[in-house]
Amino acid sequence: MTEQEIRDLFLNEIHKVAPDIDPSDVLDDDHLQDDLELDSMDILSLVTALDARLGISIPEADYPQIDTPAKAVQYLAGKFRG
Amino acid sequence: MAIFRMPSLGADMEAGTLVEWLIKPGDEVHRGDVVAVVETQKGAIEIESFETGVVSELIASIGQTVPVGEELARFGTDAPVASAPTPEPPAEPAAMAEPKTTTPPAAPIPKTGTRASPAARRTAQERGIDLSTLTGSGPDGAIVLADVEAQAPATPKAPSTIGGLSEMRKAVAAAMVRSKREIPHFSVSHNIDTQHLSEWLSARNADRPPSERVLLGAAIVKATALALRSVNALNGHFTEDAFLPSDEVNIGVAIALRGGGLVAPALHQTDTMTLDEVMADMRDMVTRARAGRLRGSEMTRGTLTVSSLGEKGAEAMTGVIFPPQVALLAVGAPQIRPWVAGDTVVPREVTRFTLSADHRVCDGRQGSKFLMTLEDILSKPEEL
Repeated sequence: MTEQEIRDLFLNEIHKVAPDIDPSDVLDDDHLQDDLELDSMDILSLVTALDARLGISIPEADYPQIDTPAKAVQYLAGKFRG
Repeated sequence: MAIFRMPSLGADMEAGTLVEWLIKPGDEVHRGDVVAVVETQKGAIEIESFETGVVSELIASIGQTVPVGEELARFGTDAPVASAPTPEPPAEPAAMAEPKTTTPPAAPIPKTGTRASPAARRTAQERGIDLSTLTGSGPDGAIVLADVEAQAPATPKAPSTIGGLSEMRKAVAAAMVRSKREIPHFSVSHNIDTQHLSEWLSARNADRPPSERVLLGAAIVKATALALRSVNALNGHFTEDAFLPSDEVNIGVAIALRGGGLVAPALHQTDTMTLDEVMADMRDMVTRARAGRLRGSEMTRGTLTVSSLGEKGAEAMTGVIFPPQVALLAVGAPQIRPWVAGDTVVPREVTRFTLSADHRVCDGRQGSKFLMTLEDILSKPEEL
């Protein structure tokens, strides 16, 4: 997947967890909890969805590495590169 | 012949608007079956039947606002099958419509329940869109506002607020004002070392896929249920000038809705559930709360509510009790704080628990006993 495709998928999954969040309004540096106001249950739902869609099980210790779209794209792209 | 009436789904609910019938005349209904969806100030709620029988007549119409206690439908074992009511335009928001006493002409009834967010339901109702004709793009195919918007674009209109408050905010305000007016609150606080619990959960979750992980909040809910067993005075309802302790421990979980507002559905017999079951049911309740699919029984059976600030945020909160309950446990976000362990001071994860309780039914002694018991249970997470 390209980084753009990863970004689109990540934002789409955020939208599914929180339908009021419009992906087109999300900035790359928006913090999932501080700016988008996702709570711990939302984050777990997002990680669960990413596991189902991409087959990437993100450990809890790595959650800080996906706490913004920009960081998540780099993290997930790195997983794809292996 | 049994009469199915509009239930009270909250302390200050006066009426609900029928959004959807999930039954039709001739259907066999069992106690506990979800039979209708009702829009309240706190969103759409699925309501269950308290009777078993065959639906003989649907009395309320789609869009009709029905006062609590008024007839919605009639059940019987051999009653003649009547036609369904004709869907009507939405009633005036504040109107308390009189229930119909005659059977209107037949009209289509949705065959099955449609998963949709409260905003989607409200908007579909306003624009006369049948939700069953839409394909949802939300979680598990739930219809979200965007799906309705795509079907019928919005026309400029006034925001859905009255006197500067949303309906949800008004519902929360009414319940909280009643609580503070009627309940002589007192509170007891205690700091508890939760580092061992968090480390235990981290280790437990490390080898599990995300779908099987357990959050700190679920462990606290389970521990609260177990602690309540030892303090009956906090577990139950205060109604008609008397406290009725409950035989069941049903923990209400305060869920913040993203559009603003709060709901507190309860887990049935939480103390008998495994930790994994508590977590799974909490996930399910949060998802359904946001999709507008909570059930009436979940909204009324809570015997004590837990309200948590989550894993990030402020250190302490003192909550307001949800009537008719008599206690609420507020949980601050865990903080790293100096902690005396033996003869040394060490940095530990500490969480502040504040119990708000009703002074009509208990005193500080019971509140203290509850928090001490909770601390003991949380120190042994392996036993949760």
